[in-house]
Amino acid sequence: MKSTPQMPDSKGHFGPYGGRFVPETLMAPLEEIERSFTEAREDAAFQAELKDLLENYAGRPTPLYEAKRLSAELGGARIFIKREDLLHTGAHKINNCLGQILLARRMGKKRIIAETGAGQHGVATATVCALFGLECVVYMGAEDMRRQRLNVFRMRLLGAKVVSVDSGSRTLKDAVSEAMRDWVTNVGTTHYLLGSALGAHPYPMMVREFHRCTGDEARRQMLSRVGRLPDTVIACVGGGSNAIGIFTAFVPDEEVRLVGVEAGGRSLQLGEHAARFEGGSPGVLQGAYSYLLQDDDGQVSLTHSVSAGLDYALVGPEHAWLHDQGRAEYVSASDREALEAARTLARTEGIIPALESSHAVAEALKRAPAAKDQIILVNLSGRGDKDTDIYRENFPELDNPDAK
Amino acid sequence: MPSNECTSSERIARCFEKSRQEGRPALVVYLTAGDPSPDRTVELALALERGGANLLELGVPFSDPIADGPVIQRASDRALKAGTTVARVLDIAREIRARSEMPIILFSYMNPLMRYGLERLCADAKAAGVDGCLFTDLSVEEADDTVEVMRKSGLDTVFLAAPTSTERRLELVAQHSTGFVYVVSRTGVTGERDSVAGGVDQLVGDLKRLTSLPVAVGFGISKREHVAAIGQYADGVVVGSAVMRVIEEHGSALDLEARLESFCKELTGRA
Repeated sequence: MKSTPQMPDSKGHFGPYGGRFVPETLMAPLEEIERSFTEAREDAAFQAELKDLLENYAGRPTPLYEAKRLSAELGGARIFIKREDLLHTGAHKINNCLGQILLARRMGKKRIIAETGAGQHGVATATVCALFGLECVVYMGAEDMRRQRLNVFRMRLLGAKVVSVDSGSRTLKDAVSEAMRDWVTNVGTTHYLLGSALGAHPYPMMVREFHRCTGDEARRQMLSRVGRLPDTVIACVGGGSNAIGIFTAFVPDEEVRLVGVEAGGRSLQLGEHAARFEGGSPGVLQGAYSYLLQDDDGQVSLTHSVSAGLDYALVGPEHAWLHDQGRAEYVSASDREALEAARTLARTEGIIPALESSHAVAEALKRAPAAKDQIILVNLSGRGDKDTDIYRENFPELDNPDAK
Repeated sequence: MPSNECTSSERIARCFEKSRQEGRPALVVYLTAGDPSPDRTVELALALERGGANLLELGVPFSDPIADGPVIQRASDRALKAGTTVARVLDIAREIRARSEMPIILFSYMNPLMRYGLERLCADAKAAGVDGCLFTDLSVEEADDTVEVMRKSGLDTVFLAAPTSTERRLELVAQHSTGFVYVVSRTGVTGERDSVAGGVDQLVGDLKRLTSLPVAVGFGISKREHVAAIGQYADGVVVGSAVMRVIEEHGSALDLEARLESFCKELTGRA
């Protein structure tokens, strides 16, 4: 297997994917972000400030936890869990938000906008804006606001304005479009704090770099605890930021299998899922060229997932490249499999995962029994508090045990 | 880097030349194909021409129009719900061409045309009588392959210049464009505004130092006085959302064509 070149070309392409497909108005601002990011990477003071925030504000490094009861129940592989769910704000999203807020300050931007699906990125953005005293506006699909009410309230409590988006399927894709429209209008004063490894260059590369601490830490922890690398690394993939965050450190380790788990939704019929590698084909959406769920006329398909954070029609462009090269494989877990996996993890390990992360857990449950003597590493990207309402809806027997 | 030495579309060049001789800016009108239904677009386009439109931007509806404000977003939604496909848009262009010599450019996001296949699109568009394309979300950095295919088919490639464009970017935009260059008058999405943004005249001037192509100004233009003001320094004025609003408000009216015709006459001071 050929090892992957891990930097995009000068125009932001991972193989044929990525690039910059945006109106001209946004091109110079994207160039400014790229320049600023490149300088900040070489700036020791910037890196020191980011490190301090990651450690003392967000709670890095996160534990690497061996799920012994779960492993024993499955009777196969040893399962290790990277506990990104223990980070401040409850998910990996804070890594990227701290990086980008420092960058926004460096560029002299006074106003921050973001999109959010499940609300985890919105909460993390609202949090860093509160921390730095910057104005914060978060765009969120009306349907997502309904199913993630707790996070809407958290954002407001943190001082952010949450704008409901009523167009399209009223989910993440529509929130991204609305954030892009705000950005193109207020580009002089505003930084768009994009929350996944998506969009136009340099976002996919930049977001990955701010999240790669997950994989760098996990790799070190694995070597010092077990003395070897895992056989398989599993992460859920919406846009793909937590997955690229944990994969990147392992990409050169060709013996380590990388597995991304997309949302299989209700079924693998178009419109019923968000599994881009199963039902999609290359196309352009919201700045990048990658695998896209679209109809025969090039219109973007509606998607469905029980998990708002995976409910998006395009996959991050670096994942498309890892896929085509065969360096990572992509599978899907259905709504039902993710829900059951959450319940299993809660019952065996006392950890309630976010619905997004539950998709990764579901894949581990499938693989572990046949993987004796192997090590599976799961990135638990977020915790499940925000999903309590959905878990209640789906497990009525737990909500009303006497009603049976 | 593609060269723009090739012959520009005759129709587009003649259209700007004629307007120049008449001492007025060319009126470029954007029309979302398929709104309120694909069956009506041809008659609507011809009504716009009778009202004084000199060049038609035929909008290919897309599900996720990130550069458009609410009026054109809704127009796209209606067109898609009415079953408008890329193939149907090309049929519409062919029907307009059968009855008019008004230049037509396709105004589209990348994905629907990419899905149709760029080579196939260019061949079919040329055969239908289309003169060029403008891709809203195609940066010049990503454009080389597309421009090459379009040049081979004899189609013009119109690119956007923006208030945020640096000198270097304006040069790239000028180099990649044929037919004309489209100046975005303000940062933001499409939609009507009360006044013309400041600094547009300077942006047009900067661009004219870099290219001999005609320069048209759009985004936010909706009134006769905007057209007159921009006509002082630009070769063309683009009106889009204001037209689509007339269609939105009077889509089911029997006299929609007459309304569009008189709206164009009003814009150009012929009313």
